[in-house]
Amino acid sequence: MSISHSIAPYYKVMIERDSCKKCKRCTTHCSYGALSYNGERIIADNSKCVACQRCVIMCPAGAIHIIKNESFLPPHGNYTRRIRNAIWAQSGNGGVLLSAAGNDREIRSIFDDLLLDACQVTNPSIDPLRETIETKIFFGRKPSKIDFKRDTMNPNKICLKTEFMPNFEVDMPIMVGHMSLGSISYNAAMAIYQACKELNILAGSGEGGLHPDFYEFGSNIITEVASGRFGVDINYLHNAAGIEIKIGQGAKPGHGGHLPGEKVNSLISQTRMIPKGSDALSPYPHHDVYSIEDLAQLIAALKEATRYKVPIGVKIAAVHNSAPIAVGIVRGGADFLTLDGFRGGTGAAPRIIRDHAGIPIELAIAAVDERLRKENLRDEITLVAGGSIRYSADLIKAIALGADVAMCSMPVLIAMGCRVCQQCFRGLCSWGIATQQEYLVKRLDVDVARNRIINLFHSWNEELKEVLGAMGIDSVESLRSNRDRLRYIGPNPKIAEILGVKHAGE
Amino acid sequence: MYWKNYTSLPKQFRNERVFDGCGISGYMNIDGKRENGKKIIDMITILNDRENGLGAGFAAYGIYPEHHDCYALHFLFDDEPSKSNVLDYLMDVGFIVQSEAIPTKIPPNVDNPPITWRTFFHPQEKKNLSEDEQVLQIVMNINENFEGAFVMSSGKNMGVFKGNGWSHEIAEFYKIQEYKANMWLAHSRFPTNTPGWWGGAHPFNLLNTCVVHNGEITSYGTNKRYLESFGYKCTLHTDTEVIAYLFDLLCRKHEMPIEISSIALAPPLFKEIERFEKNYKIALKNIRATYRSAMLNGPFSIVVGLANPIPTMIGLTDRKKLRPLVIGVSEDDNTIYMSSEEASFRRLMLDPNINFALKEVWHPKSGTAIVATMGRGLSRNGLEKPLEKIELTIEGDN
Amino acid sequence: MIENNIVKINAAPNNRPLSYKKLNKQIHNMINFKHKKILLDDVCGQRFIAASLQGNLEIEINGLPGNDLGIFLDGPKIVINGNCEDQAGNTMNDGEIIVHGEGGDVIGLSARGGKIYIKKDVGYRVGIHIKEYENKFPVIVIGGTTKDFLGEYMAGGLIIVLGLKFLPDGKIIENPHTICGDELGTGIHRGKIILRTEEDLEDKLGIGAKVDKMTSETEKEIRPYIEEFCQTFEIPLEMLFEKPFKVIKPISKRPFGGNYIGTII
Repeated sequence: MSISHSIAPYYKVMIERDSCKKCKRCTTHCSYGALSYNGERIIADNSKCVACQRCVIMCPAGAIHIIKNESFLPPHGNYTRRIRNAIWAQSGNGGVLLSAAGNDREIRSIFDDLLLDACQVTNPSIDPLRETIETKIFFGRKPSKIDFKRDTMNPNKICLKTEFMPNFEVDMPIMVGHMSLGSISYNAAMAIYQACKELNILAGSGEGGLHPDFYEFGSNIITEVASGRFGVDINYLHNAAGIEIKIGQGAKPGHGGHLPGEKVNSLISQTRMIPKGSDALSPYPHHDVYSIEDLAQLIAALKEATRYKVPIGVKIAAVHNSAPIAVGIVRGGADFLTLDGFRGGTGAAPRIIRDHAGIPIELAIAAVDERLRKENLRDEITLVAGGSIRYSADLIKAIALGADVAMCSMPVLIAMGCRVCQQCFRGLCSWGIATQQEYLVKRLDVDVARNRIINLFHSWNEELKEVLGAMGIDSVESLRSNRDRLRYIGPNPKIAEILGVKHAGE
Repeated sequence: MYWKNYTSLPKQFRNERVFDGCGISGYMNIDGKRENGKKIIDMITILNDRENGLGAGFAAYGIYPEHHDCYALHFLFDDEPSKSNVLDYLMDVGFIVQSEAIPTKIPPNVDNPPITWRTFFHPQEKKNLSEDEQVLQIVMNINENFEGAFVMSSGKNMGVFKGNGWSHEIAEFYKIQEYKANMWLAHSRFPTNTPGWWGGAHPFNLLNTCVVHNGEITSYGTNKRYLESFGYKCTLHTDTEVIAYLFDLLCRKHEMPIEISSIALAPPLFKEIERFEKNYKIALKNIRATYRSAMLNGPFSIVVGLANPIPTMIGLTDRKKLRPLVIGVSEDDNTIYMSSEEASFRRLMLDPNINFALKEVWHPKSGTAIVATMGRGLSRNGLEKPLEKIELTIEGDN
Repeated sequence: MIENNIVKINAAPNNRPLSYKKLNKQIHNMINFKHKKILLDDVCGQRFIAASLQGNLEIEINGLPGNDLGIFLDGPKIVINGNCEDQAGNTMNDGEIIVHGEGGDVIGLSARGGKIYIKKDVGYRVGIHIKEYENKFPVIVIGGTTKDFLGEYMAGGLIIVLGLKFLPDGKIIENPHTICGDELGTGIHRGKIILRTEEDLEDKLGIGAKVDKMTSETEKEIRPYIEEFCQTFEIPLEMLFEKPFKVIKPISKRPFGGNYIGTII
């Protein structure tokens, strides 16, 4: 490749020579090989830097700064640096561009265009610190009605006739999304599961199986049955609070999965139940699900296999026709439905799909909730919504639009130390989160990470209660689908119409 | 009285909901004895500090014994064409047994009063749809789609009389004193926005269910969307409407015992549920989970009249007890009174023409239903724990 | 009804087929009563029979079991005196499924272990994404022929196709039809597909698959399965070696490794 086609480094490592003590700590901490010591001083290979900030934090002298390398390209508003770089990369190496994390295009967030209501005069707000505000929810399918029969002889005798399906009680309407061991490290997974057990909320296992060490957290884990069926055996099905059939993922709707063989060490091998070094490919579709009645069949099969003891759900990426698909899934017998919006995260996905496929979760929630209501199915199922729930405001708005539970992953990773460098697929995560290399995994202290996740979700839940209190609502179920308490301030009235939300001032 | 906006909110206000504070009152004679409206008028007018002259109304049960098997449709019409449109429609979908003006006393200086009308009606027989369900659809259709017409009530042997004015004005206008009922509900209103509209006054009715409500339902959006999926149309721009429909859904459509449906609407806290024994805990948790969208949140006290199959009066407050409700029982145990304030009962004592004495007055617990049933008396006094006195069994669970 | 330690379940009492829920429930009840051998009569399309059963059990089926027969199966032996439908042995972990007839599509989907022997022909995508792990090694043997996408995404284990035809009079002849469809072993990255054929398979190969010669080592590896298959379905073993075997193997462990680039843009 001639030099005229090489891509200018995105970042620049600045080392304050006066402060640098030449301790070389940065060179051991940089897992991407950007820093080295030449016998005289620390030198930086800017082309390898991913701005993960590990060296910046670890430098005892505070001598390192990462800045954006801006000076190279002539400006063009349409052919942005990103587009030009993509062309150079593909014309140089060929191939499909890989990416990780969630869609990073600057597309306006609909959540940020929604405002919350609060009480003034006509009803009192509630003090969340001193009066009870409830955030417990039930995860699973509910009957459309409960039948009671009063005894004809004794009116004080009532018999409950309805048989209930399994439901799992969680203390917050929050769920940690599906990240498999393989995409994240053992320590990261351990911290997440420990935190979820402590908080009594659910976490997803991801599609890569469940390591036997994590069986003890099974009652707080939704295991996933994806097209690759990795690690799916009876223990996996029985050690779960619920089972999710993964049809799609927000970051890569319609795409399969691929964990390269070099990442399949003995730990991953044990979890996925495949030989060490073997590629783990998830086929694009489930090859026993080519239509909606096949999905109903797989749902029924899982119910039979688990003897109807746990809820069985389905996850789909939010795509154009999510609403009718959702109806089919619910009619197919799913006890919960997970919608994953187009900003949802991933450990590895083709950039073209991550950045361009799917629809925003806000619109998907609104459309699915509305459609399920039209079919009088909505209240029977638990609707989980994810795909960039970034902070409690997103969670609150997702629920007000119609979700039962908000699902998130990136905030959990960020809480543990992730700097969102979007290089997860390389397996070199310097923070020990998205890597399988032992020396890197060790960097993530499970206790610290667990406590940070617990703190984060505690804070979110407190913020949820603050908002509920301000709205004069003492239980989160009265926020669900309560679009009356939202107003839109964005530029596009059509969005407000789809959301079923009035404009601010109306 | 405001002699305008009879059948709909003025257009510029239609996007809004009306919030209000209110006085509510009601009483029932257990033996079914019918009394004229004198007492209920006294009970509600004494609460005039809670109203601002922008809406009041009465519901009376047992007033049409001669037509007890017909649906008594009470209407407000803006004009004659609106009236004939609706009556033509009714003749298409059923049979009108009798049709007449509701007698009113119109003050001399009013030149455009509403047409108040009542029709005793039977829907056509349909194999796959009950009469109640048909009438429900007819009412929803008229209120949503017929300009200049509003159905005030649609139950049997009962009726709602309401409008935009002070409670004493409304009582006088409809000649409430001349009706004889065995259960009376009344409401006086303090809405936040002017002008109110006649149809938006309380009581809210659907079939035999009537609700008078004080407070504001903060879960309105959730409840509304839940009801819409069962075919109810929330078009009246007020939160009270959803309470009436929820009672109709739970008590009539889902055939839920009243002790249970009141729990669905104002459930105990989870920490309280945890203290219950096994069967009760299962029932209470599943009621909360299944009817999570029916739960009423925010401040409210309500008095509800039901008449299916037997007249029943229910009092209920929100579970944080943010709105007042007081209960009284007459000395002979035959009359149950409910009101926002005890003054409603005391007012009756001041009237030398009424032989009135109370045996007991008490304040019910928050979120706990008071249930009085005609012929049976007080079955829940509002002081019990949820499901107290109920022997609950679970089918298939020995 | 119990005869010779075999408990019988009529899957269609009074000629009315039970729902799969009821049928499986009856099987579970029998297992709870410690029965080890169960005979199902008059099975007619019931799905998920024997789903996720474990242990030393034998289930014999008269009739036609529906889709997902033995899904998540973990040990038991299932014998079908007739045909089976799609996805038999779906995500199977261990056990045996013996079909004295034909099989549908997607047989043995994602199986990790166990054996599936099908006497006659099967449909599309048989043995798709079967894997192996530690002492788990899935083996699928087909007596007849298969259609397209045989062993797609194959990640371990063994598929053998014999290309025989079973005439109604009991005679066994060489199957006149082609032994397999197109896209043979597409995406295979571990394991082997063995086809008993003289056909040129190059044109049929899917991406990532190659044709290899039979070695004595491989022959030794497959021989016990072939012997067992012949014994089960009463096929004279010697006739099988009248034709050569061909081996389909992955070109590499990373068939699509070069497809993606991770340049920071």
